[in-house]
Amino acid sequence: MNASITLKVDGEQRSLSVDTRTTLLDALREHLGVTSAKKGCDHGQCGACTVLLDGRRVTTCLSLAVAYDGATLTTAQGLAKGGRLHAVQQAFLHQDALQCGYCTPGQICSAVGMLEEAKAGHPSFVTAGLTAPHELSDEEIRERMSGNLCRCGAYVNIVAAIREVIGKRTGP
Amino acid sequence: MTPFAYERASDASAAVARVAAQPNAVFLGGGTNLVDHMRLGVANPELLVDVTRLPLSRIESLPDGRVRVGAAVRNSDFAADRVVRERYPVLSQALLAGASGQLRNLATTAGNLLQRTRCAYFQDVTTPCNKRNPGSGCSAIQGHNRDHAILGASEHCVAVHPSDMAVALAALDATVVVLGQQGERSIPIADFHRLPGDTPERDTVLEHGELVVAVELPALPVAAHSAYYKVRDRASYAFALVSVAAALDVFDGRVSDVRIAFGGIAHKPWRALRAEATLRGAAATEQSFDRAADAELNEARPLQHNAFKIPLARNTLRMVLRHLTAGARR
Repeated sequence: MNASITLKVDGEQRSLSVDTRTTLLDALREHLGVTSAKKGCDHGQCGACTVLLDGRRVTTCLSLAVAYDGATLTTAQGLAKGGRLHAVQQAFLHQDALQCGYCTPGQICSAVGMLEEAKAGHPSFVTAGLTAPHELSDEEIRERMSGNLCRCGAYVNIVAAIREVIGKRTGP
Repeated sequence: MTPFAYERASDASAAVARVAAQPNAVFLGGGTNLVDHMRLGVANPELLVDVTRLPLSRIESLPDGRVRVGAAVRNSDFAADRVVRERYPVLSQALLAGASGQLRNLATTAGNLLQRTRCAYFQDVTTPCNKRNPGSGCSAIQGHNRDHAILGASEHCVAVHPSDMAVALAALDATVVVLGQQGERSIPIADFHRLPGDTPERDTVLEHGELVVAVELPALPVAAHSAYYKVRDRASYAFALVSVAAALDVFDGRVSDVRIAFGGIAHKPWRALRAEATLRGAAATEQSFDRAADAELNEARPLQHNAFKIPLARNTLRMVLRHLTAGARR
């Protein structure tokens, strides 16, 4: 069964016809050619397919595209503006926060969404007293990023990259 | 995935009527468990009625002190809510202990309650499973049962309920508000999920077509001194081996009020009424905590690979009660 939907993807309005079984991830990759959202496990367990949905980070492999008619999505490739990388992208390069790079677009979208959540005062499971910390510790970064697996094990530098972004925002 | 029709509900009663009229129709919430089951062949609905755009996304403080949480509130918004954080910290912590940031942004209150067991055999359609295919047998009883139940299981099913949120709701005596064709009814959380018995295919007491519209939290002063502890194979983003939701008030060295529920050890969130009865009025000491754990766990019946859950549950309960005693009002 088919349905016509529109999605705003990385700033561009796109119309497409999808089978109701099509996930948001497959709509992006197979229908719209937006391949920066990656298919890892396809079961919501790895985070490689993470994008920003109306500014919030979400997995796309367990979402049916038909249910997201009218949504605004930003993938990792849409984070760069006018040829300038997003601060999180720049920090991932600077800190060598990847090896094979397959999980990286999901990591970057997740980090962007996570930093917004922290800015809005959202606690995490490791936040003492559930009151938002002024600055994210490494433990906080790790907990908040635990939905993104990296089989190369680049975690140490991923944490360093996110720490660098936080430092540039709040530091001198 | 088998083909299915998709409809977006604009009205809760109409959604209920639509699903009730079609035996193989289901409601679609965040989809993080249902869509996975559809891909695995565990669920094969013919009609999905999307209820995520119904006006069920509010958290309201009621005049009588209760808090009503809409069924479509995302888990992340539920956990971050200021009232929930202050009055029911165990619930915020339990929500934050579940899944990952990007999944909590999708998952809903009702979907979290209605998620199904992560028993590997239930999710593998090539193996017998009484929950997925009634009468086919249970592969876990003689199989890989490290993650399975130690309390309340049956010869037909030894699966555990995977939710963290529901464990906190059990400790808090929450109520599940359900809309059916005859109108609304309220179900105490303790009665909402079922033990497997000889019908493990039924996780809850919901009838086909009934829609969870809200969860109500009682005005419960002791809940302000509460915590959720979760033990798992990795530090984050994993299901519980054992978890404990507890609330504790200590006055003059004695337990004046207490609520306890276990996760990861039974087919439903396990409210520990025996442990609570042992503790009420007792000295807030390690010996009392151990007696309480024994009162609840002496009926545990471990399987071949999960006897470790008994001492793990005891130690986790002792740890959370010790922590709450140290921080409790004197």
